[in-house]
Amino acid sequence: MDAALASRNSVLDLAQMSLREVNQLLHDNRSGDFLIRNPRGAHALACGLDGDLNVSIDGHVGYYCAGMNKRAHVTVNGNAGTGLAENMMSGLVHVTGDASQSAGATGCGGLLVIDGNASARCGIALRGLDIVVKGSVGHMSAFMAQAGSLVVLGDTGDAFGDSLYEAKLFVRGTVKSLGADCIEKEMRDEHKAALRQLLDAAGVKADVPEFKRYGSARKLYHFHVDNAGQY
Amino acid sequence: MSADDHRVTPPRASATFDAHAIAEIQRAAATGIYDIRGFGAKRKLPHFDDLLFLGASISRYPLEGYRERCGTDVTLGSRHAKKPITLQIPVTIAGMSFGSLSAPAKEALGRGASLAGTSTTTGDGGMTAEERAHSKTLVYQVLPSRYGMEPDQLRKADAIEIVVGQGAKPGGGGMLLGQKISKRVADMRTLPEGIDQRSPCRHPDWTGPDDLEIKIHELREITDWEKPIYVKVGAARPYYDTALAVKAGADVVVLDGMQGGTAATQDVFIEHVGIPTLAAIRPAVQALSDLDMHRKVQLIVSGGIRNGADVAKALALGADAVSIGTAALIALGDNDPRFEEEYRKLGTTAGSYDDWHEGRDPAGITTQDPELTKRLDPVAAGRRLANYLSVLTLEAQTIARACGKSHLHNLEPEDLVALTVESAAMAQVPLAGTNWIPGKT
Repeated sequence: MDAALASRNSVLDLAQMSLREVNQLLHDNRSGDFLIRNPRGAHALACGLDGDLNVSIDGHVGYYCAGMNKRAHVTVNGNAGTGLAENMMSGLVHVTGDASQSAGATGCGGLLVIDGNASARCGIALRGLDIVVKGSVGHMSAFMAQAGSLVVLGDTGDAFGDSLYEAKLFVRGTVKSLGADCIEKEMRDEHKAALRQLLDAAGVKADVPEFKRYGSARKLYHFHVDNAGQY
Repeated sequence: MSADDHRVTPPRASATFDAHAIAEIQRAAATGIYDIRGFGAKRKLPHFDDLLFLGASISRYPLEGYRERCGTDVTLGSRHAKKPITLQIPVTIAGMSFGSLSAPAKEALGRGASLAGTSTTTGDGGMTAEERAHSKTLVYQVLPSRYGMEPDQLRKADAIEIVVGQGAKPGGGGMLLGQKISKRVADMRTLPEGIDQRSPCRHPDWTGPDDLEIKIHELREITDWEKPIYVKVGAARPYYDTALAVKAGADVVVLDGMQGGTAATQDVFIEHVGIPTLAAIRPAVQALSDLDMHRKVQLIVSGGIRNGADVAKALALGADAVSIGTAALIALGDNDPRFEEEYRKLGTTAGSYDDWHEGRDPAGITTQDPELTKRLDPVAAGRRLANYLSVLTLEAQTIARACGKSHLHNLEPEDLVALTVESAAMAQVPLAGTNWIPGKT
């Protein structure tokens, strides 16, 4: 399909078009609504978008769906593979199912909503993206997370928030174990307000008082040999 | 009393417990922490000095040194990229971050590389406006930390380099101590100012060769298949790493030997992990040949390149280009004897200064100190780098013509012999004066 022919509400069928053609068309259009059919677990689908696009994907996607997304709103009506919305800069990515490892890795901005569970390393090295997971997250989630927020309505796996920097973590369920330098922190008014805003943005009706906040103890920000045993 | 009665056994230093080993034991006992430093391996290693070119003779005729052309250009990324890059010389500038280096130093690298017709490379922390503006051809690194990683910068780059490891520390992550985390550096990396920044050693969203293939595919899709994609590995298992990088879809493999520099790492890591550059090249070339990819996937070799002879030897062993880091910094002005008084105040001497992580570089290169960075004139330093790159090229051409080659890429292992059994085995060329290649003949 020629990019110039793409119109709002275009249907892009991966049974009829190659991944390259679909992505190129999305790159060539800075606005519009697109429905992608038959993704069949395709990797790198709708990655590198930069515009006011609304992209809806009917089915499961593979690795790196919506990777490095800017401004676009991408909805996956299904499950997502590894590296969902990795290094996302802005916009909204919404997955109605589960997400595999490293969802939102190194994300810089925008909002990532996962209706199901997220696997290990969700929000690893987060740099400003906000993530709301309505289910649970796997081990090492928010590892080395620098900025942004991770909200988990379910439980976390082991070593939650390990080697955390300044990202804010909110959990409603059980934390299996905290990682190095991650501690429970007081939920002050500004945190309650921020959490409420995130829950509202994700369409979650949960009550803020049900959550606990976790953050960095900042004891490992400077390497000191006395702390070597904590790593 | 005879003179013999006064003879005593003179002090005898231990070869095992030499002065450096004893000093390190004493330092460790006093501080309780390992030594961190910059630079690459400093120990004596088998290297290009252990190889010689044979030159032309009755069976081969040379080219006229000042009359006959010897080509130096190299094209990188022709396997998959829509826009492969062509460099005028096969010597590139290795990735070094803004943060580890000052902004004027990054600018100078871009200026020097552009004058010489070659590329320079970003590093941890992303792309600065200065280096993009002054680098005609800029390679953008995708590192495990992803500090500063932005899709717009990917698109502005001329090529992309996925860094799996580096020769100074295969299996190790980056390190930038708090002294050098200025506000600008902190902002680029989304980190608190002044903290010790220790980068991860693994990528956050892929963990093996099959994942790497998908990661490369994603980067190609994001950049519409325009950019060449390099994969950089520290020399450890060069045959398998090269083969896996090719399998994953790399256009270019960058192979960094243990003499390759770093901004900061534990001394024990630098000196004891990885293999020498000389030992790494032939296995990597063998992997490319076995896959019928030699010269189709380009090989860039780095780690201890100092002069045109090193360039020529690396190319003769099968590399398509070399990359320099430490040598480039020295060309800019690092370890310059004119700062000797200040080096001595830092407890070192010009030529040995390697505490690049401390941010007190008198030459204004490995620092973020505003006063020290002013000392480096990026225009003059860039000129020095261009001069040096020109000399490297002229020297390599001199050798190639003497071997009868009309292009640097026509140099071949047959042009080389080795001075030691070890180097003969590693480079897989005959020991000089014999036809013996250890392990082969």
